[in-house]
Amino acid sequence: MMTAVKSPVDIQNDIVTEFQSLTDWDARYKHIIGLGKQLPDFPEEHRTEQNQVKGCQSTVWMHAFLEGDAVVVQADSDAMIVRGLIALLLRVYAHQPPDVILATEPEFFHRLGMGDHISMQRSNGLFAMIKQIKLYAMVLKMQAQ
Amino acid sequence: MTVEAMTETDYPTSESFSRAFDPEVVRRDFPVLQQQVHGKPLVYLDNAATTQKPQAVIEGIRKFYAEDYGTVRRGVYELSARSTRMYEDAREKVASFLNAPNSQEVIFVRGTTEAINLVAFGYGRAFLKPGDEVIISAIEHHANIVPWQLACEATGATLKVIPCDDRGALIMAEYEKLLSSNTQLVAVNHVSNALGTVNPVKEIIDKAHAVGAVVLIDGAQSAPHMPVDVQALGCDFYTFSGHKIYAPTGIGVLYGKMDLLEKMAPFQSGGEMIETVTFEKTTFAKPPNKYEGGTPAIAQAIGLGYALDYVTGIGLDAIAAYEQELLEYATQRLLHDVPGLTIIGTAPEKAGLISFTLADAHPLDIGTLIDHEGIAIRTGHHCAQPVMKRFNVPATARASFAFYNTKEEVDKLVAGLHKVIEMVS
Ligand SMILES: Cc1ncc(COP(=O)(O)O)c(C=O)c1O
Repeated sequence: MMTAVKSPVDIQNDIVTEFQSLTDWDARYKHIIGLGKQLPDFPEEHRTEQNQVKGCQSTVWMHAFLEGDAVVVQADSDAMIVRGLIALLLRVYAHQPPDVILATEPEFFHRLGMGDHISMQRSNGLFAMIKQIKLYAMVLKMQAQ
Repeated sequence: MTVEAMTETDYPTSESFSRAFDPEVVRRDFPVLQQQVHGKPLVYLDNAATTQKPQAVIEGIRKFYAEDYGTVRRGVYELSARSTRMYEDAREKVASFLNAPNSQEVIFVRGTTEAINLVAFGYGRAFLKPGDEVIISAIEHHANIVPWQLACEATGATLKVIPCDDRGALIMAEYEKLLSSNTQLVAVNHVSNALGTVNPVKEIIDKAHAVGAVVLIDGAQSAPHMPVDVQALGCDFYTFSGHKIYAPTGIGVLYGKMDLLEKMAPFQSGGEMIETVTFEKTTFAKPPNKYEGGTPAIAQAIGLGYALDYVTGIGLDAIAAYEQELLEYATQRLLHDVPGLTIIGTAPEKAGLISFTLADAHPLDIGTLIDHEGIAIRTGHHCAQPVMKRFNVPATARASFAFYNTKEEVDKLVAGLHKVIEMVS
């Protein structure tokens, strides 16, 4: 796994550039699905009911721990598009210090017009996943203090 | 009362809709269907969730608000008289639509959910006692599960569930075993929204009556798609939602037999549902007013009347026959032409909806990707989590038809699914 060399702001800019080069929705979704396929395997011991993120149409598992001062987030879903969204979220959020995670909004979704539909965000669980990542960041920060 | 001034002939009537049925022609009555979504012609296949509105309903409501709107049942003035007449006309239309013997047995509610809650409260909580049993089925919408669970919890009654077989058909032999002198109430849907199963409600009702139980039929998925005759069925309660039958949101119907409506407890209390009020005692108005406390959804009820004119103009027999044709065509095409597709719900009697899964794509993937082909289908648990559990799937995708859908749209669904499969592989 790579460590965060870039700030979330830069990473989000990268993602926006990457997607803007894909002009039709087919290509964008294929890219998202492709990113999902490359998502690192989720550790089976963490695939528990307790680690399920509520509020998605698909099942999402998430687990996080501190490595040095950075939060490592692992996640998985049974839906491919959601796996792709997880891959994007992890690029932005994983391996960042808790304070950075808490201060970061996933504005790349809006810049790409992917987060326009509330009902879509709700069904793919985007809100719920971001909330969960931030909750982990908060708890890990408190535990570290 | 001079209501003659109203230009009655300008309002839609069922006669003005009567004509030979042709889906391509009726489609033109639905403005929303004439659009493109993501650059593709809209293919709307979520009719079990809610249906689109014909111009006659949209225009009828507009005209009502523009020309005749007033409160009902109270005003002595002209607008109130007109509105009251139109509102009560809508009740008459519902009564004749369901072949209810008496329009006073038709109660306007917000929808099926409210109707079931009304009965679970007014009948269930009022009359159930410990030892009593309520029977529902394994293939119910949450709206026909939770109100009974709560009523049973509150009264000490027990909830029993008719199981279904692997096709999603209710096992009638098991139903018979559940019935006893303890059975007070049976509440089942006519058509399952998650599987499409058409239940043998006549048989269910007769058997329940034989042990003295009352029966509620959740008709949310049947009233829009097949002729329903509450006298022929003999059910004690029947309910449906306006928005699923081309009418506005916020209006629905509870039909109930008068003797039951008279003895049940009112659900919501307030204005217009009373006869006399003093601080010591209130006597309630007769049904339906007893259950329509407060200012009702006037325009929505009138809109429902227009929607019923519209569907009866086409004819429920014609609608049912055409939707069966679509169902058969879609079932064949999906099974033969979409690799990895499994239909969830294969009962011998089905209405026009197909729940399915694909081997390589989660329903959420299917729904999201196919939306970009302009195709609207539902994905998820369809408010029927026990059904998902029974069939061991977390969710399904569901295409549900209305008479304005075409075989060409089914072909587009098949092509859309091919595209989904290509995208995820
Ligand atoms: C079988 C069935 N029952 C009840 C309901 C609830 O109807 P409403 O949401 O209109 O109250 C639905 C709607 O999905 C349904 O399909």
